[in-house]
Formats: sequence, structure tokens, C-alpha cells
Amino acid sequence: MLSTELEVLAEELRIKIIDMIVEAGSGHPGGSLSATDILTVLWFDEMKGLEAGRLSPDRDRFILSKGHAVPALYAILAQKGFIPEEELKTLRKIGSRLQGHPDRVRLPLVETSTGSLGQGLSVAQGLALGLRSAKKKSRVYCMVGDGETEEGQIWEAAMSAPKFKLSNLCVIQDNNKGQIDGPVAQVMPLEPIGDKWRAFGWHVIEIDGHDIRQISAAFAEARCLDESGGAQPVFILAQTIKGKGVSYMEHKIDWHGAAPKAEEAKTARQEILNRLKEKRGSHA
Amino acid sequence: MPELKPKSTRQAFGEALATLAEAHPEIVVLDADLSKSTKTDIFARKFPERFFEMGIAEANMIGTAAGLAFAGKLPFACSFGCFLTGRYDPIRMSVVYSQANVRLVGTHAGVGIGDDGHSQMGIEDVALMRALPTMGVFQPMDARETELLMNYLVNDWTGPAYLRLTRQNLPNLFPAGSDFEPGKLMNLNPEVTVADVICIASGATVAEAVGASQLLQARGVDVSVWNAHCLKPFDRETLQANLGKAKLIVSVEDHSVIGGLGSCVSEVLSELTRHPPLVRLGIQDVFGESGDPTELYDIHGISAKSIAQTVLGRLKEHE
Repeated sequence: MLSTELEVLAEELRIKIIDMIVEAGSGHPGGSLSATDILTVLWFDEMKGLEAGRLSPDRDRFILSKGHAVPALYAILAQKGFIPEEELKTLRKIGSRLQGHPDRVRLPLVETSTGSLGQGLSVAQGLALGLRSAKKKSRVYCMVGDGETEEGQIWEAAMSAPKFKLSNLCVIQDNNKGQIDGPVAQVMPLEPIGDKWRAFGWHVIEIDGHDIRQISAAFAEARCLDESGGAQPVFILAQTIKGKGVSYMEHKIDWHGAAPKAEEAKTARQEILNRLKEKRGSHA
Repeated sequence: MPELKPKSTRQAFGEALATLAEAHPEIVVLDADLSKSTKTDIFARKFPERFFEMGIAEANMIGTAAGLAFAGKLPFACSFGCFLTGRYDPIRMSVVYSQANVRLVGTHAGVGIGDDGHSQMGIEDVALMRALPTMGVFQPMDARETELLMNYLVNDWTGPAYLRLTRQNLPNLFPAGSDFEPGKLMNLNPEVTVADVICIASGATVAEAVGASQLLQARGVDVSVWNAHCLKPFDRETLQANLGKAKLIVSVEDHSVIGGLGSCVSEVLSELTRHPPLVRLGIQDVFGESGDPTELYDIHGISAKSIAQTVLGRLKEHE
């Protein structure tokens, strides 16, 4: 898919995310919007074996370890036709498959339930080990939040994945620099992030997590390393902005876990629509 | 048939695992630097490609096991019981909530491990595992039952399960030629038709309960001993149907009386309008300590001798 097309798609997904959270009356817009561009490239351009209507055993796998960003994933599943568009309105409602955090049993393509932070990477590693031992070419992608890496289990997995030479595993850190109690740098300083993962044995790629071309290039590099017999898992450090794409939410920690009110949602939608108009116009 | 030597259930597990794995290529094993103690080293030597040494990092081991299950494997993730439950969150989320077909195996159950003391003793593992929806909780009483349970857990059980095993050797109690009924309470002395006392035990304490029943029989008290290899789902039907005319029910476990076998029995009895009083023997909301396992069983009131004493005392109160 062309970068310009992916950019348009990402904006359309942002509208779905906002609408979904407004309808639910709660949710996590900040971390969903920071992850949107990365997830758009991943699901619409990078991952293989994902066609609506069937769950191929040969598909690439994605684990959203930062489970609170799940509105972004639901928007993608609807866009790809895995779930009906209408179902997005059921987010966080009784009986819904769209739980507040991903639920593997209720919803196919959620490869593991997450929401308690720090666990997805271990499961992704197990999947990568199992798929490799089954001689499958499937790749495993796992998105972690920056605040999430304060969890010790992340570093247990960071230590073990290189031991098992899991080149079919690719971790993306959505480095949006905010967490509930404040800026990550104040809550728990994590830098130098890239150096830490390199020291643990990962191939590290640093990108702007809102630049579609850079995101695509990073995924291509990770796949290429795997296919050319590499022995390292890949860590993509994606610099992002919390709340990206809605001006009043950007860099604002208060939008970590708050739903916009009707008026605010209208503003957000209008902003995104204006950009969409521009982008559609420019590549038409 | 020559009499079998006493064996720990961890040893019987390690042997059964390595044998079952021959016909089950989907079996993989993860351990956290305790393979010599959990006896997964037998499997590791036989199937090095299917053994994953995860180092001293149990949380990551548990999550990795879930991922392997999602890739179609049947993972056994093994450590001491207390170290597994110490990483409760990945068990709760990655394994149980995600419905990963994982077998968690916790060895070194209870104060029966002796010298190493409280920090290594699984004393609240059954309580914690039982609290998780759909989790099966199993504890065999001897080597033969371990083998039978392993066969069941590999061939017939789907979903998360916890298997609790002993460090210490246990005598062989499984009656030769008897059928193994998965999930069912097993009457170990069916010759007692009218029991004064019903004694329910699980794991290492089954042998103590049998010993107590012999001591009590010599004093004219008839005890029927029931073995509970399955703590969840607990076999309420068999228990409720076999209360007979018993004056007393006793549960015996090498585990906290909060949330373990005593709680299972109590939950079943409390559904009835009338039932005999229940005495819950086990670790009475206290810490374990270092020492000789036999002495520790006396101190905690779960040795054959102390069970018999408690029963005689309680029966006297009722007279």
C-alpha cells in the first residue's frame, strides 16, 4: 500500500477510535492515538496471512501488550472486516466481545489477553518459539508501552528472547512518554532505552513512530534480517506523541484514560476530517 | 508382585513426563533453574530440543508457556509450587484468562519438604489456584496415581491445570487392579461399611490418614479414608452421598486450611441442612519452619499419630 494511502487510513481509524471511546463513555485515547500510525502500517502493509473470514494457522501474529490501547486494534479489525463496523459501538458494554482490554477467548485475532502490563512480550516469545519449532514462517509482533517496560517481566523476556535467537520476533515500543502519574521520565527514567535493549542482545531500530515511511522501512528491515538468517530479535523504538492527531490531546497526560465529551469529540472529528480532506486531495 | 519402593510424586511425574512425551510430540517443558528438583531433567536429557531452560524468571516462563500453547504445543511449566504462585498475575492473565492449554507443575508441596523452611514450602498454592476460574487442581497420593493423573492430564484434560507434587517419598497406596476415576474421590478402605469417622486427605497426607485409621481401628473406631486427587472441580456428589452415619468428618492436608482441601470439604458440607462436624487439619494459618518432616507433621497435627489423637479427643467431646 502507498504511504499516502496508509496515512489516510490512519486518520480514518483515528475517527473510529474517538467515536468508539465517546460511545463507551470511557477508554484510553492517548495511548491508542500514539499507536495508530504504527498499527496501521503493521496490519495493512506488513503482516501476512490476515484475510477476513478465516483464521489461518500460517498468519503472522500480533500481541498488544499495552492492552489499554485496544480501541486502535478494534478499529483495525473492523476496517479489515474481521468484526462488523456496528460492533464498535458495543465497546465496554455487557456481553460485548470488545472488552475494555483485549480478551483472547471472546475475540479471535486477540492472540492473548492483556491489560495487566508487562506480560505480552513473554507470550509473544512463546508463540515465536512454538511457530519456529513447527517450521512455520510466521512472524510475531508485539507492541509494548514505554511505561509498561517498568515491569520486571519485560526484562526477563528481553533477556531470554535473544538466548533463543528469535529473529521472528519484533517488538515495537510506543514511546509516547506519558503514563498515568506523569511523564515517564519523572515516574521512572528509562533512558537510554535503545542502549538497554542493545545490551540485552536485540537489534535496535529507532524511528519516528508517526512517519509512515520510517515505520514501513523498520518493519522491512526486521523481516529482511529474519529471512536472511539473522539470529537476533528486533526492537523498534518508535518515538510517538501521546494523543497524536487531536491537537488538544497531544502530549497531555490527562487524556491517558479519559473519554472526550460530545463537544470535544466534535472538535477532534473536525480536525481529523480537515486533515483527511487535505490528504485525500493531495494524492487524488 | 514385588513390593514397590516409596517414591516421591515429583520423581514419578518426571518419569511419566519423559515416557508420555515419546508418543506426544506436542509436549514441551519449561523450567526455571530447578529441573533437577522438579525432575524435568529426565525429559530434558531425552528431548533437549523440546526443553526450554528459562532461568530464574518464573513470570517469563509462565507467559512463554502460554505462547507455546497458542502455537499448538502442550507445555509443562515447572517450579516449586510457591514460586509459581509467587507469579500469580501471569498465571491469572496469560494462562487462565487467555485459556492457554498449559500444565503448571508445582513441586515441594507443604511442610513435608522439611529442612529448607517456609520460603520453599508451597502452603497456599491450592488456595490461589482454586480461586482462578476453570483452573483444574490435582494432587496425587503416590507414584502410581501420579502416572495415572499425568496420563489423564495429557490425553483428556483441556485448559489450564495445576499439578501439586511432593519432594518426599510416599508409600504406595493405590490399590492394585483398581480403576482410576478422574476427578472422583476414592474410598481407600471400602471394607469399612459403617464409618464412625470420615477422613478425607490429599497428596502426602493420605498415607497419614491411612495410618491414623489403623491406629483408630485398634481403639474400636471405624474410619473410612477418602483420597482426593482432584481439588477442583471437587467431587461434591461422592462426598455428599457417603456421609452415612458418621459422627465426625476430618480433612487432612499439608497446606493451609484456608482455601485448601479443608475449604473444599467445608464448602460441600455447608450446602447441606445437616451434616456431621468437620475438623480441618492442616497448616493452621501459620508459617512453616525448617526441620525434620516427620516432626513437622507432628507439630502441625497432620501425622498419623496426631490425627488419631485429635479424632479420639473430638469423639470424646461428642459422647
